[in-house]
Amino acid sequence: MNGLLTVVVLAVTLVAAIATVVLIVRDQSPPGDRYFALLGVLLLVLLVQAVGGCVALASTERQVEGVTFVAYLFTALLVVPVGAALALGERTRWGTGALLVALLTVAACEARLDSLWSVAGA
Amino acid sequence: MPEHTAAHDPGQDGGQSHLSSGPGRILVAVYAVFAVAATGRSLVQLGTDPDKAPVAYALSLVAAVIYCVATTCLLLGGRRAWRVAVAACSVEAIGVLVVGVLSYVDTALFPDKTVWSHFGQGYGFLPLVLPFLGLAWLRRTR
Repeated sequence: MNGLLTVVVLAVTLVAAIATVVLIVRDQSPPGDRYFALLGVLLLVLLVQAVGGCVALASTERQVEGVTFVAYLFTALLVVPVGAALALGERTRWGTGALLVALLTVAACEARLDSLWSVAGA
Repeated sequence: MPEHTAAHDPGQDGGQSHLSSGPGRILVAVYAVFAVAATGRSLVQLGTDPDKAPVAYALSLVAAVIYCVATTCLLLGGRRAWRVAVAACSVEAIGVLVVGVLSYVDTALFPDKTVWSHFGQGYGFLPLVLPFLGLAWLRRTR
């Protein structure tokens, strides 16, 4: 698995999480276009990671728990749009809070992906 | 006529039909994540090596079903969903406490982990907090 990509995912997630916290504190909803552009960037990086992760899994010698690994790759990818849908359905700071939960889930998935990969390391 | 009735749910009590609004939104989000996590975990466990730890894996499945039921009820809202949600959260609270204690006391029973082992340690102890947050929220929307 590409370690640099994981760092990029975590960096974008962190920026998005900070932006989300700012929104929650200011009680701003709905989040604006720039915010959703940021989520779009995150989705794009997660998509690249999902594809790249599957390729890396297929071509590695490591004994990675394949099903779990792929499940985490796609959970990280799918949790962002689900969180966005929850936020758009409830235009208060609580709805935006659901997005923060989604972003924290992405971070948790990244941590699990990293440990699944390194535990299986040579 | 400026009548503000609960347009989409006229027959229901106002609070109970909005279990997923306000703070409930965050609760739904967290429950949904745990529904996916627990379902995924139990499917992988039962799919790969079901005989390794039958008790733990069965409990993983129970936890998964409860999280799914709670998530659905919170999203649906309404009186019946509220009742089912209270039952689900109560079972969840008892489950995480009993499994939490057992996983420390009787380690032979749990050769592999469940979501609720060691009071949900593998998930940042969130499984321990979640049912009580759920019950508190349900109490407020009673």
